[in-house]
Amino acid sequence: MLGYVLKRTLATIPVMAFVALFVFSLLYIAPGDPAAVIAGDQASPEDVEKIRKSLGLDRPFVARFAEWSLQVLRGDLGRSIFTGLPVTELIAQRIEPTVSLMIVTLILSILVAIPIGVVAAWRAGGWLDRGFMGFAVLGFSVPVFVVGYLLAYVFALELDWLPVQGYTPISKGLWPWLENLILPAIALGFVYIALIARITRATMLEVLSQDYIRTARAKGLGETAVLFMHALKNASVPIITVIGIGVALLIGGAVVTESVFAIPGLGRLTIDAIVRRDYPLIQGIVLMFSFVYVLVNLAVDLIYTLVDPRIRY
Amino acid sequence: MEHSVSISRRTVLKGFGATGALTAAGGLAAPAIAQGASVLKFVPQANLANFDPIWGTQYVVRNASQLVWDTLYGVDDKLQPQRQMVESEEVSSDGLTWTFKLRSGLKFHDGEPVLAKDVVASLTRWSARDPMGLMLKAIQQELTAVDDKTFKWVLSRPYPKMLLALGKAGTPVAFIMPERIAKTDPFKQIEEYIGSGPMKFARGEWKPGALAVFEKFKDYVPRSEAPMWLSGGKIVNFDRIEWIIMPDPATASAALQNGEIDWWETPLSDLVPVLKKNRNIKLDIADPLGNIGSFRLNHMHPPFNDVRIRRAVQIALSQEDYMRAIVGDDTNLWKPCPSFFTPGTALYTETGGEPLKGKRDIEAAKKLLKEAGYAGQPVTCVVAQDQPITKAQGEITADLLKKIGMTVDFVATDWGTVGQRRASKNEPGKGGWGMFHTWHAGSDCVSPVGNIAIRTGGEKAWFGWPDNPAIEAEISKWYDAKTLDEEKAILSNVNKMGMEHVTYIPTGFFLTYQAWRSNISGIVGGPTPSFFGVKKA
Repeated sequence: MLGYVLKRTLATIPVMAFVALFVFSLLYIAPGDPAAVIAGDQASPEDVEKIRKSLGLDRPFVARFAEWSLQVLRGDLGRSIFTGLPVTELIAQRIEPTVSLMIVTLILSILVAIPIGVVAAWRAGGWLDRGFMGFAVLGFSVPVFVVGYLLAYVFALELDWLPVQGYTPISKGLWPWLENLILPAIALGFVYIALIARITRATMLEVLSQDYIRTARAKGLGETAVLFMHALKNASVPIITVIGIGVALLIGGAVVTESVFAIPGLGRLTIDAIVRRDYPLIQGIVLMFSFVYVLVNLAVDLIYTLVDPRIRY
Repeated sequence: MEHSVSISRRTVLKGFGATGALTAAGGLAAPAIAQGASVLKFVPQANLANFDPIWGTQYVVRNASQLVWDTLYGVDDKLQPQRQMVESEEVSSDGLTWTFKLRSGLKFHDGEPVLAKDVVASLTRWSARDPMGLMLKAIQQELTAVDDKTFKWVLSRPYPKMLLALGKAGTPVAFIMPERIAKTDPFKQIEEYIGSGPMKFARGEWKPGALAVFEKFKDYVPRSEAPMWLSGGKIVNFDRIEWIIMPDPATASAALQNGEIDWWETPLSDLVPVLKKNRNIKLDIADPLGNIGSFRLNHMHPPFNDVRIRRAVQIALSQEDYMRAIVGDDTNLWKPCPSFFTPGTALYTETGGEPLKGKRDIEAAKKLLKEAGYAGQPVTCVVAQDQPITKAQGEITADLLKKIGMTVDFVATDWGTVGQRRASKNEPGKGGWGMFHTWHAGSDCVSPVGNIAIRTGGEKAWFGWPDNPAIEAEISKWYDAKTLDEEKAILSNVNKMGMEHVTYIPTGFFLTYQAWRSNISGIVGGPTPSFFGVKKA
């Protein structure tokens, strides 16, 4: 197992190197000019050119990529073109809100989606199943920002139960922290709940038709134990896979959710960086997200061994 | 929806939640702000992505900078420069030597006194970037500190607009920094944010794209005059001003209605009716100097290198269509502007603006195109879709050009790409462009000082590179004009010649609102959001 973890960890290096080259190349050929944005609308073409030179943006691709790669190898992601602040500092400022949002969304989604999926499979074809699956279709169909605006209107503006926007660090207390995350997590989790619930239902339906389930029922085991102890455990591998894949979905959704709820997280940082063509910042964020995604996949692979003893590395 | 009760349901919920928080977090978290501190929560027009008002000339940077850095002069609501850091000035009888004396008690945020050498270094950096500064630099003989409080600027020829140059609101503003910071290359960003203005920049709390915090500078000595725009006493009644960045207008609107923010600089016109219905919110025009929409043409390449084709568009263009697309049906928010200058200001003129007045003549435009031999060359319209103002103008333009028989190559893109592409002098089909839209702040268009769009210096002119030496010569005369009548006469000529040359096509004059909670008082419309004299009940 340790050897496997080590091997997988080492395998992240070429993956990250490829991501770095890909992102750098993509940004190099993409249109847009940070110097023009910095200089402002009133700047003369000469001023824009001077700023471009001072930022080193007139240098050839190979020289810029080599310099940046060496920096990254030293653990330095460079400095933001716009703020002049280190990319690592900017990312560090924004990690807590995004991680908080993702954790709350993940917990909420799992707590809601898995029981829904299990019950839907158990009552397959019944009104409960149809109701839950209708909800899932809605979750897939309604965009995150629509759900977000509706939630903010009802629960913040009309009922005044929760704030419209912002983020409070957990260091200022659990409720102030949670208060700002409830609506965004519901909005972001809507599609995620739909996804997990549908997969849970599908895999549970397959497991529930197995002989050992019939045996469990025949020996008089209660329905709850059959569903959650026997069936769900055996259906868990695809569900865990989807939860893992869904992390990427969450990262994408966080970009929109953070904008709608004005949460100062990595999603908004990404958008701002792209709009301004803040190349070092975009590169840093993409590298970090790629690394996180590789780690999530590794974690998912390791969790398989816990739920299915037949899987060994 | 109204929120007049002092204890909201959320406050009650917070009270219950606090018990859980205490248990979970193991005790009360330390408050970030001192008890009883007065805080103003402000949502600016854009993200404060950098904080160097000379390096980055975006308006949002200037607006934030006026809290942290002070200026020698500042314009009042008549656009007249008034003394700010300066106690007195003297100009020699030949107009060549200016001597300035700083007022007493000026200190930087690090406790060091403001000295003449700091001013000299700051003006040197500013004059490398600012159009008026560059003019001064070109005729500069000497800029030196005479003693700690006095500095001298010796010129090779008189420059009557000296005080306006030092006090104007247009970017870049001549902010004064400590010498060690001001010695930074003007094309590189400063890394220390020490000023002598009424607020200190809380660098540790700066989260670009999310939050910028300014804390009261206790040692600031404001002038005794009442604050008015960038002049007078810079009295701040808050311990802390938080700039909260909200890219989504719907969120900002909801936050203002919910009392989570105090002041929103630029409410979207679509959301104004909702805000007007809320009795806890006040709205007024943000800046009476407003903005002038712009249809910028590329004079370097076909088809707009032919003045007849430029005129064809000019006589067909309806400013009303553009303005309604930008601000909607609120007729208080726009007016026609057959001029390159800001309506309602001293130098405004409509001389030569006839082609933009009266019934729009599509047939005459078609005829002009035919005369010019227009043969269907595509007009590459590079239109930023991420800016509501440019997007709205672009849609009208595509329709207009098609109506008069032109072929439209509509490039829908973002502002970052427009910024890059408009700098390209290539042919439109090879990475260049035919036209793009933008808008100019009215405060920049009150005179030729910040009105770079009217310049016609060919390859040295602003994007589009209009070339007309006669207009340039006329603008140069304005800088030497000594009386208002003289200035008016010159700018009438500039407007007439510019309209004939179709330097660019103004698409109209428009205003925007600002909105704030009704417990805030003292907010005055102006070219920048002014925090001086503002109070919170």
